[in-house]
Amino acid sequence: MSEQALRPPGGPIPQLGAATSDEGSLSQRLRYVGRLFWRDKGAVLGLALFLLVVFAALFAEQISLHDPLQQNLEVSKQPPGWMTAGRWEYPLGTDNLGRDLYSRIIYGSRVSLTVGFFGVIIAAGLGLVIGMFAGYLGGRVDGAIMTVVNVVLALPYLLFVVFIAGVFGRSLLNVILIFGITDAPIFVRVTRGEVLKIRSSGYVESAVSIGARPMRIIFDHILPNLIGPLLTVATFEMSAMIFYEAGLSFLGLSVPPSVPSWGNMLEAGRSYLQTLPWIATFPGVAIVLTSLSMNLLGDWLRDVLDPRLRRARK
Amino acid sequence: MQRYIVSSVTQAVLVLAGVLILVFFMVRATGDPARLMLAREAKPEQVEEFREKMGFNRPLIVQFGDFVFKAFTGDFGNSLHYRLPAFDLILERLPATVQLAVVALIMAVVIAIPLGLIGGASPGSPVDAVGRAIGLVGQTVPPFWLALVLIIVFAVNLRWFPTSGRDEWTSVVMPGLVLSLGTMGRLVRLTRSSVLEIMGDDYIRTARSKGLSDSVIFFKHALRNAAIPLITVIGVQFGYMLGGTVIIESVFAWPGLGRLVAESIGRRDFPLVQGIAFFASAVVILLTVLTDILYALVDPRIRYE
Repeated sequence: MSEQALRPPGGPIPQLGAATSDEGSLSQRLRYVGRLFWRDKGAVLGLALFLLVVFAALFAEQISLHDPLQQNLEVSKQPPGWMTAGRWEYPLGTDNLGRDLYSRIIYGSRVSLTVGFFGVIIAAGLGLVIGMFAGYLGGRVDGAIMTVVNVVLALPYLLFVVFIAGVFGRSLLNVILIFGITDAPIFVRVTRGEVLKIRSSGYVESAVSIGARPMRIIFDHILPNLIGPLLTVATFEMSAMIFYEAGLSFLGLSVPPSVPSWGNMLEAGRSYLQTLPWIATFPGVAIVLTSLSMNLLGDWLRDVLDPRLRRARK
Repeated sequence: MQRYIVSSVTQAVLVLAGVLILVFFMVRATGDPARLMLAREAKPEQVEEFREKMGFNRPLIVQFGDFVFKAFTGDFGNSLHYRLPAFDLILERLPATVQLAVVALIMAVVIAIPLGLIGGASPGSPVDAVGRAIGLVGQTVPPFWLALVLIIVFAVNLRWFPTSGRDEWTSVVMPGLVLSLGTMGRLVRLTRSSVLEIMGDDYIRTARSKGLSDSVIFFKHALRNAAIPLITVIGVQFGYMLGGTVIIESVFAWPGLGRLVAESIGRRDFPLVQGIAFFASAVVILLTVLTDILYALVDPRIRYE
């Protein structure tokens, strides 16, 4: 793909030397990747933000201040704590039903991360298996698989996701399955492309010529080389799924309205844009930061895994 | 080149067939299309009557044949809510969506391409920083949230633009901008990286070593080659915009196809949703074929094959 995010010079990048070539030990290679990581401020920021979101999702019970579902009309429509009418008891304010926005955003991270994580696992798993078949077997199997993949990728994606969600109804599992299945073609295409490239490479040819069996070639030579490209695509797709989940919630097609999710919160805040603008503001900030973290990490992964780009960054 | 166009058209026909299958089976995926389209409290005899009327009790293969035959004559059945032919409703809403997508595409191209070209030619410059920021914003800011923020700032507080609707010419500005943002970001990134890549190519080095000036190299050599991948992306992005208006049209109450889809799903008006899904896919597929042909006309490597 030519959609690279190239960055201008940001200090010298360590070069691949003898110590970091393929003979280098694992720890040496990890240290090398670590050095590349610390030099990229965007990547460090991305990782920090991502860990923050994961932390919020894992420890939501501990770090939230109120029950995210508890309605309390006495404190409804509170502005954020730093505003004159606000109370620090409700740092980001409350919604029209008096629910604490801060706690709801903390709990909302669970929905977004669950959809993003499991959606990507399903999509990548399906894509890996199907893409390997297509790339390794070639011929008619490949032709048939790629026709289906091209059909799916040629469709107006959002329209069909909305259509499917409308048919199957709102539940977390449905949303995960919808994204997991509709997003698989992207992983199929990436896997197939990489498999074709690896298959025609010198080292696979030599392995074949000394009599390695197909299983050995797949597990020893092809799979390890797929991890990098798939991981890169996975970060971007996870960010996209979090986006689309919020979009579906916003249309009332994702998790049920009682579940605190960022999209549901945005949808609820939409009716109060004029009077209580903070309700719709903070969940959006949460989506932006989560998505930003994954994009920064993805950009870094892509740059590091593609030596051609690493050169261009110099 | 003929072979190239034939293969593009063949692919398009296959995709269209795939869309028909998908759209047909989607409403039957839960098992009973009659139950899906009727309100939950519908009585069994009402369901039975509806099933009879819609022809859901016929063999599946007969239903499918009927569906395909009618789809090609522009007959997608009647909307359950409006009790009008779906195709007429689609044509009625189409101009608003096309207007929105065209405005968004123009905004994206006019802003993104110059930023990408300058950024690619001089990485690290202030213009480049702006371009890269737009690239990142396009990928990380959800359009529907941006829409809400723009409404708060520019419609509610500053009162520069109307909050919703399509009554004034200024109505299109905010939804257009929101719709264009993703494409804008993608175009900046793509233009920038393709200029960067081309500037390192052998023929640019050759041109330099011949002593050509930087501007001749940039405009005659780099620009023409950078333009080729852009054509494909712009074509694809336009299709993406036509399909991507579902949420944005709902936020801004823009009376186009996207809002019609969102409303129809809420009303369980699935014949209309089927019609729109097929129609929108057909338009996107047609755009893809046109883009392929244009690509072949512009790129001599394909033209002379």
